[in-house]
Amino acid sequence: MITIANAVVRYRGAPVNALDGASFEAQPGCITAVVGPNGSGKSTVVRALIGQVALAAGSARVGAFDVATADRRAMARTLAVVTQREEPTFPLAAREYVMLGRYPHHGAWSALGPADTAVAEAAAARAGAAELMDRRTDELSGGEWQRVRLARALAQGGEVLVLDEPGTFLDVAHEMAAFGLLEELAREGRTILLVSHQLNLVARFAAHIVLLHRGRVAAAGAPADVMRGDVLEPVYEWPLVVARDPAVGAPVLIPLKRR
Amino acid sequence: MTNARWWLLLAVLAVACVAGLAIGPVPIGVVDVLRALTGSGDAQAVAIVRDLRLTRVCLAAITGAGLGMSGAALQGTLRNALAEPYLLGVSGGAAVGAVLAVVAGLTAAVALPVAAFSGAAAAVALVLVIARVASGRADPRVLLMAGVVVGAFANAAIMVLLAGAGEGTVRNALWWMMGSVAGAEWATIRWLALYAIAAGILLVAVARDIDLLALGEDAAAGLGVRVSNATRRVFLLSALLAAVTVAGAGLVGFVGLVVPALARAFGIRRARELLVASAVLGAALVVGADVVARTVRAPAELPLGAVTALIGVPFFLVRLRRAA
Repeated sequence: MITIANAVVRYRGAPVNALDGASFEAQPGCITAVVGPNGSGKSTVVRALIGQVALAAGSARVGAFDVATADRRAMARTLAVVTQREEPTFPLAAREYVMLGRYPHHGAWSALGPADTAVAEAAAARAGAAELMDRRTDELSGGEWQRVRLARALAQGGEVLVLDEPGTFLDVAHEMAAFGLLEELAREGRTILLVSHQLNLVARFAAHIVLLHRGRVAAAGAPADVMRGDVLEPVYEWPLVVARDPAVGAPVLIPLKRR
Repeated sequence: MTNARWWLLLAVLAVACVAGLAIGPVPIGVVDVLRALTGSGDAQAVAIVRDLRLTRVCLAAITGAGLGMSGAALQGTLRNALAEPYLLGVSGGAAVGAVLAVVAGLTAAVALPVAAFSGAAAAVALVLVIARVASGRADPRVLLMAGVVVGAFANAAIMVLLAGAGEGTVRNALWWMMGSVAGAEWATIRWLALYAIAAGILLVAVARDIDLLALGEDAAAGLGVRVSNATRRVFLLSALLAAVTVAGAGLVGFVGLVVPALARAFGIRRARELLVASAVLGAALVVGADVVARTVRAPAELPLGAVTALIGVPFFLVRLRRAA
């Protein structure tokens, strides 16, 4: 469970608040999606959850942890994050990389053991990265790397998973597989928060959508409540219509050409 | 990392050390070296090996181990394969601290590394501030430029500090600025070893943070690292290690660049193993470089820093090409 309450973030030198009193929740058992135009504060939400930006006001909670005061290593056993970008400067074997997800479970001197290896292998299998484990991280394609990163996050073993643009670099098949996996993980009781540009995809998988606009929650609710022309158009400042996908019945956003 | 590889690394170090003890103006056979180490055998050999060469080898080993570890830690934390204490101006800062201490009459073996450390820590802070101001997110090349600038400033500061000193002092200081383990004495080595081992152990203790920081700040934070605290800790320990080497042997460049890269080429990737391997390989490299320094133009000695630079600069150029 993630609770953001009246969160305010202002980056040094920025003229406006990146988050300006945003409040929302992500419940266990379903996918919550945070959407919004560029600069609406989506990635700031992720950075606030991992304590990389301090809140000027309000609070951010992950499970039992208050992000401002929590022991970070303990929190990393509950919350795993797949950030938007990550490129190891020094290549690792994918297996070694996935094992990094076990670090929060160990102190400085305790060794990673067979139990950790088993968790890592299971995580890789779930993320569809099992056959990649012997490859080097710098030899993976964008999509393969994304799957290995998801495996690393699963290896952390937490109940809360936050993903920033998880579909980036994935082709249609892998994208659908990844979202299907997230759905499955949510059904098992995990809290899944994803930050995404892909409204149409999100509308099919998320149970709850939070639409951010200039650091505030412009709308929140079930996909049908947020995926509406009159809600999205003023936020994206672009003419658009929302139709219904004839195959799956999900709302589909269609941006129009300039009128 | 298999055991066989570790044995190989240790064997390389052992060979370098035996070479360091055997080779010199008076060549001593390997068997006689080993005998002299235990105190038996020819009295002259014992005196040469134990009093002259063993101190050199020990100081060279500490210097190499410290620089190797410092480089490995800085590279991981800064996510920059070109980072190392000399190029980042950290060693230069340490030299300013050490020279200041000497000028102030503070030459005790216990105090010199501390003075060097304050200079090194100041240099690290300065380099990072300059790099951040210049490029926001620290660009690898901007970081190096900042290091070179701080290093140049440190050199100038040393020259100014030495302006009033006698000719002998200046000559000594210049020699020291190019790196040398010729003046090794047990009284100094003891303290240097103590500082180096303490910093080395603390660095190994934060090795997992280094692994995670190497992924990037946000990724590390997501894996439970308090990024700014962890980064500061690694920088201070790396600065301390570099300061110890500067206090003992002056400015020896490029070791911190070459050694971790060699260790990585050897298949070592995780920070803990990398730090330990860099200590072993660094020690071997500098002990070997010192052998070269005192034999190539014997009876004259080359500055140790010149030898490591001759090895390191071509290496740096290759790396730079790959990084760019």
